[in-house]
Amino acid sequence: MTAVNEWAFIGVFMSVAWILPTAPLVISWIFRPRRPNAIKMQTYECGVETVGDTWVQFKVQYYIYGLVFLIFDVELIFLFPWALAYNQLDFFAFGAGLLFIFLLADALLYAWRKNALEWA
Amino acid sequence: MENTCDNIISTLAPCLTQLGWNQGLAEFISTLLGVLLVAIFPLVLVILLIWVERKVAARVQDRIGPNRVGPFGLLQNVADAVKLIIKEDITPAGADRLIYNLAPIIAMLSVVLIWAVVPFTPYNIGADLDIGVLYFVGISSIGTLAIMMAGWSSNNKYALLGAFRVVAQLVSYEVPMVLSLLVPVMLAGTMSMQELSFAQLGMWFIVVTPVSAFIFYVSNLAETGRAPFDLIEAESELVAGYNIEYSGMKFGLFMANEFMHAFTANLLFAVLFLGAWAGPGATAIPFLGFVYLMIKTSIVYVPSLILRATVPRVRIDQMMAFNWKFLVPLAIINVIVMAFAIMLVKTLGLAPAPELASDFLANLPQTAVYILANLIVVAAAGAMIRGSVRRDRLALAAARTQPDSEPEALPAPVAQHS
Repeated sequence: MTAVNEWAFIGVFMSVAWILPTAPLVISWIFRPRRPNAIKMQTYECGVETVGDTWVQFKVQYYIYGLVFLIFDVELIFLFPWALAYNQLDFFAFGAGLLFIFLLADALLYAWRKNALEWA
Repeated sequence: MENTCDNIISTLAPCLTQLGWNQGLAEFISTLLGVLLVAIFPLVLVILLIWVERKVAARVQDRIGPNRVGPFGLLQNVADAVKLIIKEDITPAGADRLIYNLAPIIAMLSVVLIWAVVPFTPYNIGADLDIGVLYFVGISSIGTLAIMMAGWSSNNKYALLGAFRVVAQLVSYEVPMVLSLLVPVMLAGTMSMQELSFAQLGMWFIVVTPVSAFIFYVSNLAETGRAPFDLIEAESELVAGYNIEYSGMKFGLFMANEFMHAFTANLLFAVLFLGAWAGPGATAIPFLGFVYLMIKTSIVYVPSLILRATVPRVRIDQMMAFNWKFLVPLAIINVIVMAFAIMLVKTLGLAPAPELASDFLANLPQTAVYILANLIVVAAAGAMIRGSVRRDRLALAAARTQPDSEPEALPAPVAQHS
């Protein structure tokens, strides 16, 4: 098969994969009873009435993890081509890749020393 | 073209063309049938998976497990599915309806789509993409999105807090997972799943890079939210986590998604580190390859079930520390050491000749070098653990000697009345 055919498969797969999980939901929509009332629709908090707005601001710690992840994930995208062509690399490219990984490790060490990796 | 209709699964399109069909139509039909086969298989499999999971958990806890509905309780999950379908579906007041209804579908999608790049036999693979590994990483991170959508749209604080924690967990454990995938890609020089499995014909990657396999396995446990990393459904703290407001079939989809994701992750482990379909006679009889793949997956899947039933849940700060302070540094060291090892093998000329690449004995010299490299990584891991334990012990000792760090005494009781 050619490369275009492979992506055609993915394209068809993506449309079919949408239908499959939707089907049980539709079947359930046909058969299920509908008897809503105000108390049933309340937010579930073990019997306690909910206080204030739900969409709150969460602590900063969570965003720092997100930022560290973003740095790593973007750098990993650059590392994959390097790994892919690894067997054909000359010594310069090998060193450049290692330098890049060392920078990555350095960033991790920096975040660690700055106590950015503590969940508190 | 002799008789192309012999192997109908691989050559349906040429077969139909031979029978006089329009070629475009024949190719479309063959693609569609392939898609249906690959997409429906995991959905059927999940019914069996839940049964296996409940049986194994029951055995560990000295129970029998489901045994009433059907032979050995096999139809229990069918009964459960029917029950979920006829359940009333409650959408909480104030929920963001579109996102709320879309979330379970997207969650399911993120797992089913992975099956497109799984090589079932040497000849049958949904789509042999050149970037199969990257596709897997990309698709599996859609699951994180679904959890965030579910937690955010439910208009429930527990759901939102659960989703925040889960996203922090899933996002963190993606880093060591992707880093550990770099090593097989480096060894095989390809990102296509099928070529990766061909590259393992001589020696499985679990022998060549056991540390990568370990990191991939552990981060997969966390990615799929299995114990000891099941903070996704921390019942005692968050009631149920991100899916607390879901009921009926939408809840069922989230559950089915969880079981399917766990199996799919182990399937990927079998493909990337256990040689996928490789085994005696797999190239001659393709169906045997499929059987081997399923056996290998079960061999890694069942221990994860036993693990789930035995170990307690870790705390979230422990889990984050384990990821960022142990797994990620270990994965980075692993990539560096393996890079040097591969360079060494190339310089010394230990790699087998291309025509001997799938020969076991010809692979032994380079495997020896790689195993030595892995021992270095394991030594580094041991040093990291020892350092961490020492730091903890020192901190504990310091806290004991300092009277300030004692918990504050309770305030003196106030005189009630005079």
